[in-house]
This record gives sequence, C-alpha cells and structure tokens, in this order.
Amino acid sequence: MNQVQSHILKVSLMLAVFAIVATSLVSFTEINTREQIKENERQALLAALNELVDADSYDNDILADTILLPAVTELGTTEAIQIYRARKGEKPVATVLTSIAPDGYSGKIKLLVCINYDGSLGGVRVIQHKETPGLGDKIEAKKTDWILAFKGLSLQNPSESKWKVKKDGGEFDQFTGATITPRAIVTAVKKALLYFEKHRDELFEVTEQ
Amino acid sequence: MSSIYRPIIREGLWKNNPALVQLLGLCPLLAVSNTVINGLGLGLATILTLVASNGIISLLRNHIPDEARLPVFVLIIASIVTIIELSMNAWFHELYLILGIFIPLIVTNCAIIGRAEAFAARNPVGPALVDGLMMGIGFTAVLVLLGAMRELIGMGTLFSEAHLMFGDAAKNLTITVFEDYRGFLLALLPPGAFIGLGLIVALKNVIDARLSTKQTQTIIEIEAEAIPAPN
Repeated sequence: MNQVQSHILKVSLMLAVFAIVATSLVSFTEINTREQIKENERQALLAALNELVDADSYDNDILADTILLPAVTELGTTEAIQIYRARKGEKPVATVLTSIAPDGYSGKIKLLVCINYDGSLGGVRVIQHKETPGLGDKIEAKKTDWILAFKGLSLQNPSESKWKVKKDGGEFDQFTGATITPRAIVTAVKKALLYFEKHRDELFEVTEQ
Repeated sequence: MSSIYRPIIREGLWKNNPALVQLLGLCPLLAVSNTVINGLGLGLATILTLVASNGIISLLRNHIPDEARLPVFVLIIASIVTIIELSMNAWFHELYLILGIFIPLIVTNCAIIGRAEAFAARNPVGPALVDGLMMGIGFTAVLVLLGAMRELIGMGTLFSEAHLMFGDAAKNLTITVFEDYRGFLLALLPPGAFIGLGLIVALKNVIDARLSTKQTQTIIEIEAEAIPAPN
C-alpha cells in the first residue's frame, strides 16, 4: 500500500471513530432521557386535558380510559388517534378528541377538542401548527384569548349556519391580516361537533381491555 | 490576559459580527426575528450551542484529521444540538417549552460551523470559548434589534409575549408604543426581515465610515504637528 492510500485509510478510520463516538453519545443521551421525556409529556398532556375538562368533574383515569379511533374524514385524521373519555362513576362526562384542520395558512393545524356529553364544547386548544408567527399564531391560548371563546358553544349556540368567521357571515372573529387560520379552525371544530352528534354513544362505549 | 481577549470581543460584537459582517446564519435570523422575545429566544439558544461547539472542537482540534474536518464538525455540532435538545426536554422541561422550538433551527445556522472552521479549530480552549460567547452575543444583539424594529413597525408593541420567556410576572412588560396601531404586515413577513437587516447593515457601515474618517483626521493632525514648521 502506498503512502497516499494509507493516509486515506487513516483519515477514513478517524472519521469512522468520530462518527461512532458521536452516535454513541447521542444514543446514550436518548436512552437516559427517554423515560423522563415520556413522563414530562404525560404530565403536559394531563395538564392540557385538565384545562379542557374540569378535574373535579370526573373521577376516572382519563389517560387510561381511551379508545383508538381509526382515521375519520370528518376529523381530518389520516391515522388512528387516541381519544380520551372522562367519566364520573359510570356516567360519561366528556370526551377529548384530536381534530386536524387541513386548510391552515401553512398546512395542517392540530386541535384538541373537548366535547361534553350534552354536545357543548368543553374547550378547544391548538396543539400543533405552522401558522405565521405574529399573525396566525394568535390561535394559541398562551398568546391570545381567541381560542377560549369556543368554551360552552354548541351546534345550537350559535346555530349551525353561523359557524363561520364574521367575514363569511358567521359569528366568529378573525384576526387583522389573518382570516384563513381562524376559518380553518372554526370549520374543523364544527365538523368535530357534527361527528360527535352522530357517533356519541360509540365514543363513550366501554371497551374491555 | 485581557489583551488576548479584547480583539476577540471586538470581532464578535462589532468588527466581524456574524449577522452584520459575515452574514452567516441568515436563515434562522430572518425567520424568527419578528418580535424581541423570539429574537432573544433564538439568540440564547445560539449562544449556548456556539460556546459548547467551539469548546469541544477546540479541545479535539489536534485529533481532527485536516482532510475530513468539515464532516467531523458537522457530526460534532449535530450531536451537540441533539444532546442539548434531549437533555433540556428531560430535565429543564419548562425552559424547553420556551427555547425548544428554536433549537432545531440552530442546525441551519452556518455561523456555528463557520466559527468552528475559522476559530475553534485553530485556537486553544479559552479563546475559543470567548469567541463562541462573543459571536453568540453579537448575533443575539442583532436578532433583538431586528426583532424590535419589526415588532414596533409591524405591531406597534415591544416585548409582546414576554411572559412566555419570563413567566407570568412579565406579562405587563409589554410596551404598547402606538395605541390603536393598525399594524404593518410587511414588517412581520419575510420581506420585512430582509429590509430591516439591510438597514441595520447600512447603519453599521455608516458608523464605521464616520469612525474611520475621524481616525484618519486625527492621524493627519498628529502628523501635521509632528512635522516641524520651517523656519
């Protein structure tokens, strides 16, 4: 082997060593943080659910009382998602489901929609979006109160035909400079309510696990 | 001791500012500089990564084969960013919720690999750490300034959403500069970022030009005094 070849080999080996060490460190960190991150996410999820469903109104383990809902066109979901059910004793209280508004300004907006057993909204939260910072992101509860206005509404209040932004002749405020984002959310929440109306009893069905 | 560090500090903060002179890291810079708080968030995350990557690369500089240094830098930086993100998510979850979204953006910041190549790989750990810190601060300063400009012109406020970073106590930190401001969308959208950065770069050039004419003037005056008047 001539000198050039042995040099190339040496450099390649060094590169391989760096790659192995770096990958090991990342894996090591991942393994050591996995449990903690899962626990943090669980806590965050529970906190998010409790914002929508009053913690005193139910007494079951809401994170365990779930069903896996296959993809539903009305909810915009393309894969099976978990829905959570809150009950007091045996009586159903509310369900929290994920709904995806497919037509945000920059792609999909993922929502957590809580619907009480009587068909009124416990609340809506945006859990994932790519809307323009400073404009469309006013849908986040921590930025403005806009999303909080859904609480207590139902398909009767306002009437079904008023489930639009004001610009389209409905009841819901849009933002200056951003109509598409609120429109997408209003439509998605309405669809979720319609879906709930049709499938309420299935959603609360007790499954033996 | 301060004599070694002084030029490094001046380079990072002003003379060779990563955002204004090297024009590195424009991708994250332009993307999240729409408010002061967003700018500060990305700035802090960048400082952390720059110091860590400069330090580690400087420590390993004698073991990194010269021909393969760029892939090694990329490996090191990507690993650091991932490790920081995972550790923050696990142990500093509150902080992660605030800075977390900025961390993946840092990977697109070529200022990090730029400093690794231009400085950390050729200097001992001490200066490399200071260089990382100063470049980071220089970058952050521009981010915050640009964020302030865009927020002020775009929304008429400053420090909006400060509570996301400093907790609920900071909620009244938001300053509404113009009451009833209708907003100027352009400033918040990407063109606003380009125009704003262009203005800041121009301002820096004007200041530099002023400073250098002053300097030459002083030199001329000194020279004039030094030349003995003919009798």
